[in-house]
Amino acid sequence: MSVALRILDDGAWLSVNDQRQVSVSELWRLNAPDFCSCELVDFIAEGFTEVSADGRDVAVTTYGQCIACGESGVPGKLPVGQIRHGEYTDYDRQQMVMQPIENRARR
Amino acid sequence: MPTDVERWKSEIYGNEIREHLYRFAEQGWDTIPDDERDAWFERFKWWGLYHQRNGQESYFMMRIGTPNGVLEPGQTEVVADIAKEYATGPVDNPEFGDAYVDWTTRQSIQLHWIKLEDIPEIFDKLESNGLSTQQACGDSWRNIVGNPMAGKAPEFVDALPVIHELNDRFKGNEDHSNLPRKWKVSVTGAPDGSGQGDINDLAFEPAYKEVDGEEVRGFNIRVGGGLSRNEPRLARNIDVFVRPENAADVAAGISALFREHGDRENRYNARIKFLMDEWGPDKFRETLQDDFVEFELESAGVDLREQYTYNAGGGEHGDLIGVHEQRDGKYYVGLNVLVGRMGADDTNELAQLAEKYGSGEVRISQRQNVMITDVPEEDLNALLEEDLLEHYSPDPHPFMRGSVACTGTEFCSLSIVETKNRQVRFARWLKANVDLPEGVEDFHIHLSGCTASCAQPQIADVSLRGMKTRKNGEPVEALDIGLGGGLGENPHFAEWVGQRVPVDEVPGTIKNLLASFEELCQDGETFREFIARHEEKELEELIEPEETSYEDPYMHNTKLTWYPYADEDEMDASPAPTDGDGNPIAQAED
Repeated sequence: MSVALRILDDGAWLSVNDQRQVSVSELWRLNAPDFCSCELVDFIAEGFTEVSADGRDVAVTTYGQCIACGESGVPGKLPVGQIRHGEYTDYDRQQMVMQPIENRARR
Repeated sequence: MPTDVERWKSEIYGNEIREHLYRFAEQGWDTIPDDERDAWFERFKWWGLYHQRNGQESYFMMRIGTPNGVLEPGQTEVVADIAKEYATGPVDNPEFGDAYVDWTTRQSIQLHWIKLEDIPEIFDKLESNGLSTQQACGDSWRNIVGNPMAGKAPEFVDALPVIHELNDRFKGNEDHSNLPRKWKVSVTGAPDGSGQGDINDLAFEPAYKEVDGEEVRGFNIRVGGGLSRNEPRLARNIDVFVRPENAADVAAGISALFREHGDRENRYNARIKFLMDEWGPDKFRETLQDDFVEFELESAGVDLREQYTYNAGGGEHGDLIGVHEQRDGKYYVGLNVLVGRMGADDTNELAQLAEKYGSGEVRISQRQNVMITDVPEEDLNALLEEDLLEHYSPDPHPFMRGSVACTGTEFCSLSIVETKNRQVRFARWLKANVDLPEGVEDFHIHLSGCTASCAQPQIADVSLRGMKTRKNGEPVEALDIGLGGGLGENPHFAEWVGQRVPVDEVPGTIKNLLASFEELCQDGETFREFIARHEEKELEELIEPEETSYEDPYMHNTKLTWYPYADEDEMDASPAPTDGDGNPIAQAED
């Protein structure tokens, strides 16, 4: 069963099967040493530009900023949820430490 | 590969959306198939309907496009009546009550909490009174802006007939109804720069040429302005002069050029400013001449930019607030509407006053204010004594006068912070606690919830933009602070020199900034000149955040609420989606 993933309203949110799942302005902790020198990036999601299904992860390419040091940009594709058996479920993004998909593949 | 949005648009877009809108309105919001909602909500924008944010499903923002901000006699009352009857949500706004009208920075009108089921009735009321939501949002010609007093205040060239011609030609026009992205147009005839052409996709600015010894008045054309996405651009001169009678044909050519060459594969790169980045004005003009107009384009005429006083950082307000004489000897009275929001009852009262003292006409400015027009001199004093003008003042305090705010997290998906109620509180606190330096009577503070820049923060003295930070370890709403933006002959975007200032420290920051200005400014220097004289590092030192007596009730993450002002604001407490009567629709269990 295919899952429709799309970014809508000028990058304001991620739609999964026509349901709003992830909105900008969430704060995420990232393990992304390439992005800034903070031990963990304290990242605010300001805008989504792309979404992809990467393995079972649903990952959004996200523009944002580390609110600790001010570094801004795109840290990569950030996993926000997963698809299992055709169903999407959110990751607990407030509690997890995200790692950009690209970094994961590199290691 | 075309985006989903382009695919949906290629299937059904433009006028034909309306029949589907009516079908869903009749059958109810929940009859929109689950797997078609994204597509329909995207399409509904073309008819001025924007699905409200997460937690407010089934409710829509409705935008009514009023060309050049002109509300004809009788129309203001219709808007007030519609707001009163249909634009009420499950919870009141603590500042503005249960029904209100937003006057926008594009001289349009926005209503919230609109239910799909009410659309046919609302459209009927609007359209039977000459109003429309057509193309108020979506990828096509948006509401055309300009000096709101076009046709009545002094102008170098008459803009209003051109605005009407463009509106008539491009609204509902199948050739121009599906563009790669939104298309914002400004037409200005006044010699003061008040149409804000520099920040529009397409700008007509007053100019003249000498032809056979005669002065021909018309417009110079600029293309590619805009503020969104951290990529602000000033519109660029493409070296074209048009006479008023040719304006629509040239506009059609430029619109068609955008339709054919704009980027439909990447919506973030679709605005014409990015095409202008890529091509430059010379190639743009050459392509326009070769492929999109059938007559020889004239080279640019002499512009009037050195006369521009509107938001130019000098001593003139230029915002049309107050009492001003019209060309015909009557007067218009510009009223300050703090953050552009007016209660439905007040809007009705505005309509009554316009009827009683003027022609019934009301106009909307790009600073979110309103004007009552056509007032005979002998009636001015009586109008100025009316109770409504105590709240919506023709002589407001500079902090009230200078405040502009976007919609914010109250309704908007993109915004990062609460805006309108906060800006009201900022303005009140500043008025009560901060003395402006002597001679400063015009001081613009614009608050935008995100980089979309709907409050046009980059052209304000103090620019505020939504952000987050941590305070005592807890996430709180914050604002980036920019300084020294404005328009005029030499427009300048604000320099972003303050980052992530917690919202409760922003009023103190502005207080300290103004104190520094008063202490350090040189003889006769305006605030904008003062900012321009300093290097970025020096400006950063002027940002001194400070807690004060100002209290902010919206420090928490308002975006995570279903409605920031609800007593129980958690997302789970939302009554949405609701049916046509406002009753919650039971959601199927997963």
